[in-house]
Amino acid sequence: MTEPQLLTTPDRRPETVFRARRDSAERVAGQSYLEVTDLTVTFPTADGLVQAVQGLSYSLPLGRTLAVVGESGSGKSVSSMAIMGLHDPRSTRMTGSITVGGEEIVGMPPAELRKRRGANAAMIFQDPQSSLHPYFTIGDQIIEAYRAHHRVSKRVARDRAVDMLGRVGIPNPRRRLDDYPHQFSGGMRQRAMIAMALVNDPKLLIADEPTTALDVTVQAQILDLIMELQQDFGSAVLFITHDLGVVAEIADDVLVMYGGRGVEYGRAESILGRPLHPYTWGLLESIPAVSGEPARLHPIPGTPPSLLALPSGCSFHPRCEFAGRAPGCAVDLPELVSRTADTTRASRCHLADPAGIFETDILPRLP
Amino acid sequence: MLIYILRRIASAVSVVIVTLVASFGLFFVAPTDPAGTICGPRCTPERYADISASLNLDEPVVQQVGEYLKGLAVGRTYHSGGLAVECDAPCLGYSYTLGQPVTKLIGQALPITVSIVLGGAVVYLIAGILGGIIAARRRGTYLDRLMVGTSLGINAVPYFVVALLVSLYATFLPHAGYHPLLENPLTWATGLLAAWLTLGLANSASYTRYARASMIETLGEDYIRTARAKGISERRVVYRHGLRAAITPIATIFGLDLAFQLTGAIFTEAMFGLPGLGVLTLRAFNQYDLPVLMGGVLVGSVVLVVMNLLVDILYTILDPRVRLG
Repeated sequence: MTEPQLLTTPDRRPETVFRARRDSAERVAGQSYLEVTDLTVTFPTADGLVQAVQGLSYSLPLGRTLAVVGESGSGKSVSSMAIMGLHDPRSTRMTGSITVGGEEIVGMPPAELRKRRGANAAMIFQDPQSSLHPYFTIGDQIIEAYRAHHRVSKRVARDRAVDMLGRVGIPNPRRRLDDYPHQFSGGMRQRAMIAMALVNDPKLLIADEPTTALDVTVQAQILDLIMELQQDFGSAVLFITHDLGVVAEIADDVLVMYGGRGVEYGRAESILGRPLHPYTWGLLESIPAVSGEPARLHPIPGTPPSLLALPSGCSFHPRCEFAGRAPGCAVDLPELVSRTADTTRASRCHLADPAGIFETDILPRLP
Repeated sequence: MLIYILRRIASAVSVVIVTLVASFGLFFVAPTDPAGTICGPRCTPERYADISASLNLDEPVVQQVGEYLKGLAVGRTYHSGGLAVECDAPCLGYSYTLGQPVTKLIGQALPITVSIVLGGAVVYLIAGILGGIIAARRRGTYLDRLMVGTSLGINAVPYFVVALLVSLYATFLPHAGYHPLLENPLTWATGLLAAWLTLGLANSASYTRYARASMIETLGEDYIRTARAKGISERRVVYRHGLRAAITPIATIFGLDLAFQLTGAIFTEAMFGLPGLGVLTLRAFNQYDLPVLMGGVLVGSVVLVVMNLLVDILYTILDPRVRLG
């Protein structure tokens, strides 16, 4: 018995509570909490069917962070909104399966979805300035989130909100609770958003580009905070970003999306260190070098495809430098499957020897 | 906050004073002949002089304004055909055509107009905002199109036609008439019901569209998505988070509409035989009853300025960013 006082008096020191949470998080880690299988999300519009997400599959266990990477319109936000059940069923068609904690989300009645939203899975958004209601105090908004899922008095909820604000690093939380969002700085607003999202102890946290609207120094603080809280809460984090620097910092696994489909999937170190898909290469090449010789950037030529009319075959082939090196790029859609001895990774590309091309053509260009 | 309000009150008072002097100049000093108009075609020089004297037209302009302001502050005495009439402060002048102090005339007419306008406002605010929310939530459906179409249709018909149709066809409504609220609230309400419904119907058409547009914009905001992501009920999302933000622009329009209507709901008053401020001013205009016209202008400018002030103060209550910024 290392800590006998635990048996006699309940120890309410935060460190102890945190340690207990971390232990339980490690116990359940490994079984996947979020499971997306063959998800398709389309929006019928006057111009035609917008194919926002197609055949998307991935899984995310508790305690791990999956970064979903891609350009605007790659389907990363649409798929995460689908996990939250935030799409208006009147204007959205969804097929496939999303399970959160073993419960099927696709086709769940709206009332049932609402009960789970914010409790099992919570979300933080890109711009904390516009995502917080300007007419309600920070405290009001956090208390409302807590009371949506807990039948407690306002006083209890208020104490909980103070506790949460303190945990996300807002000084003097009891006083700041009655401030309006415009009295907070950008970084503090995002901290308040995180407090609001985590107030119900969700097992899954979806962060949709949470640092994009923030200063670089504040970005780093928010990333640290998310990682720290993930440790404490043992939750699964789905992190949506287009910033590979952020991915390197935070992710365990990476899913690269293009034109509504997953094109490369694997451990963060293998995707960032030895990517096997030309689109991922393009993303790496478009990061400017901070040190060393100034060099020209290699942006990906062209623009993201229209989701109303995706290119035939591999959606990326019109922009792919190596499309000529493999047969069928413009005709056949490649599968997202493991193409190497490493079964933890998969890519959606016809190239016979992507590892070799990366070695000879791409690596010398990277800073 | 307090300094802001005091500053606004100071500027409001100066606006009223400028309006007062300007309209005084227009009515009394402009190259018109008010005494001659009142006196009529068969005017004797004695009668003309008497009228001029009773309107103080024989005095220098500055003295006329001074007397008027003095009357407002402490009251004054009018002479009419050898009779002396006491006019207590705030004295707005004396109507020779009606033989009554203007303050008393306006004091009788104003409660009628206020009753009509405020009662009508309750009707069109509730109907318009609820209609707007329903249309916004069902945007693009047949119900939405029907509501927008109906609203445009009502607006396309001139207001006096709407009032006429209601007074002609809605015969099941209680007979219109004004009974003071403090004497009997029930007869007050039943007597004004027809006027309220007319004013309410015509204005709720516009307010439905204001509320619809404001609500559609608000429901597309990021913080509405945040509210949904919390897992609160859709009703709470719309009525607490949505309406709270959508109401602010509506409050601005409402303040200005209300000020305009309070200076005289002429059609409504005339159509239902309710002797309000609009009817009083119109009669004064036709009979060239200058003191009553002046009084109407003054009350109207005070109402406008006060309503603007109230809207600004309301803003600081509605939007916390204005309060502290």
